[in-house]
Amino acid sequence: MAIHIKYFASLRNHLGRAGDELKAVVGLTVADVWAALHPDTPLPPNTLAAVNLEYAELTQSVQDGDEVAFFPPVTGG
Amino acid sequence: MRIELRDQPFAPLAELADYQARLDERLPGQYGATAIFIGTMRDFNDGDPVQRMTLEHYPGMTERQLQRIVETAFQDWPLLNALVIHRVGALQPNDPIVLVAVWSAHRAAAFAACRFIMEELKAKAPFWKRENLATGSRWVEHNTEEFSESATPD
Repeated sequence: MAIHIKYFASLRNHLGRAGDELKAVVGLTVADVWAALHPDTPLPPNTLAAVNLEYAELTQSVQDGDEVAFFPPVTGG
Repeated sequence: MRIELRDQPFAPLAELADYQARLDERLPGQYGATAIFIGTMRDFNDGDPVQRMTLEHYPGMTERQLQRIVETAFQDWPLLNALVIHRVGALQPNDPIVLVAVWSAHRAAAFAACRFIMEELKAKAPFWKRENLATGSRWVEHNTEEFSESATPD
């Protein structure tokens, strides 16, 4: 198993890929997931996060098998 | 209640007529108020002409958030039914983007719930607009602010 990461819209363009996989370790938070994958890139301001299709704080814990998403402010409607 | 994402152009007033005809069979004489909002693509934004637009979404999360928003409206106002249709994919100016319609016995609940659903959709549903200009393309960075009046019940 692993943590499945998705990126959307301008963040996906900026990173040059739509997602990543990360080996799960105990005690990871949403912020830790970003830092592990992008050690040289701080999370852009205003970036939103979701865990398993629900909005999540950066301090929320992440479990093996979770889907974590990062994306810019939404602009639908 | 029906919530749909469409990847092709749609005709909001025809959708509304079809949906309400079925409501008339199920809820004869019960609704006194139908409030609708239709959002349509403009050919300008931030002072620039816009030629085309692409709407990206987060499959799964978008549907879940829209469902939650409509369910919240049903908890907060006495609604009889609701219809939400939102485009994804490639759009041109004049193409409808979103239809929100709600049915209630009285206008106060219909107006308030329709507006609530629309404002919540703008704030929480994971869609992203990318505009094509004559000079290239750009992501829309944020939506316009909500109206100053409260969209939540007293």
